[in-house]
Amino acid sequence: MIASITALGRLGINELREFGKAGILLYQVLCCQPNYRKSIPLTLQQVYMEGVLSLLIIIVSGLFIGMVVALQGYHTLAKFGAAQQLGPLVALSVTRELGPVVTAILFAGRAGSALTAEIGLMKATEQLSSMEMMAVDPIRQIISPRFWGGVFSMPLLTLVFNAMAIYGAYLVGVQWLGLDTGVFWSNMQDSVDFYADVINGIIKSVVFGIVVTWIAVYQGYNAKPTAAGIAIATTHSVVYASLAILGLDFILTAMMIRGW
Amino acid sequence: MISQRFIESIVGLFVLIAMLALLVLAFKVSGLTSFFPGKGFTVTAYFDDAGQLKIRAPVKIAGVQIGEVKRIELDPVTFKAIVTMRIYKKYNDIPDDSSASIMTAGLLGDNYITITPMYSQAFLAQGSQIQYTQPAIILEKLIGQFIYKLGNTDKEEQHEKP
Repeated sequence: MIASITALGRLGINELREFGKAGILLYQVLCCQPNYRKSIPLTLQQVYMEGVLSLLIIIVSGLFIGMVVALQGYHTLAKFGAAQQLGPLVALSVTRELGPVVTAILFAGRAGSALTAEIGLMKATEQLSSMEMMAVDPIRQIISPRFWGGVFSMPLLTLVFNAMAIYGAYLVGVQWLGLDTGVFWSNMQDSVDFYADVINGIIKSVVFGIVVTWIAVYQGYNAKPTAAGIAIATTHSVVYASLAILGLDFILTAMMIRGW
Repeated sequence: MISQRFIESIVGLFVLIAMLALLVLAFKVSGLTSFFPGKGFTVTAYFDDAGQLKIRAPVKIAGVQIGEVKRIELDPVTFKAIVTMRIYKKYNDIPDDSSASIMTAGLLGDNYITITPMYSQAFLAQGSQIQYTQPAIILEKLIGQFIYKLGNTDKEEQHEKP
């Protein structure tokens, strides 16, 4: 009885310690003295690794998600004779929810796992410790560019995803199922608000970008320096990031719908 | 190892693509303003009731789209709706005595404007006004009139009985 309570307490303390470590890492990344001449090229390299190389999967999945939502929506709306409302249906669901959430989950799988594995392997092969030996701060040299690269890439990827999804919906709705082009766009413009829908979606994606890269970087930096440790850290990175995205999405949506 | 210059240009391209997507989302999806007015000429028409007509609704002749609604305003004197339409440039031979009516696509569908061509030799041009118009058919009004009439016939029958 006492032993089980003790185990519970130990678990709680360990979890809290993890949160504390992650918080300290974030503080170090945010508050380290930036050296713009050195860190901007490093960050750009990471934007290339995390953002540009994720473009293909984002474009393809955006196109197909838009097409599928349009197809499903059309067949349901057609039952009520409201097929003209397909444009608003797709545009609202994509800009508000699907765009930020799906992009963030894909980003966690495509870029977040790679970040964790890279940093974890650097730790396992003692590259991080040797950097410290040479008086190079690994936070500034390795962690910070990767963090900022991810935070910068995420909203841009979301914008591309949104545009591609709506283009996919246009392809299915107008070109294939034969809705009227003018009605499709005019209904969409009538019900989509730039600030309430598009900008709020981008705010969500910025938050997701911070959370996903933070989790990825922390899991890598804190991985056990063994092969199994890196495997566990990579799995945790993707699982925790996806859960955090879905949970935060609910909180953010609740805040945005109630007008903060 | 990829050169830094290549990486910088690719990242620049990436940012440009994303900004382009933002522009598409702003102007095409949320209709912040119509940014690129296409070629065509504008024609106005006064309607007693514009109904649920929306900006960018299609203007049709015989079911073929020939333009779109650009602006809907209220005339401060006559309290009629002024609908400004943009007709595509290639349809520049519509007789100027044609009539415009607001129709509904299906029972619950959206409103659009149909132009019925007449036989005048003069054609609609930039700034001309369509004289003959038919207001939108409002379903609620029709139902109201129908129920009112039903009620009246019932009463008449009751009066006749005694």
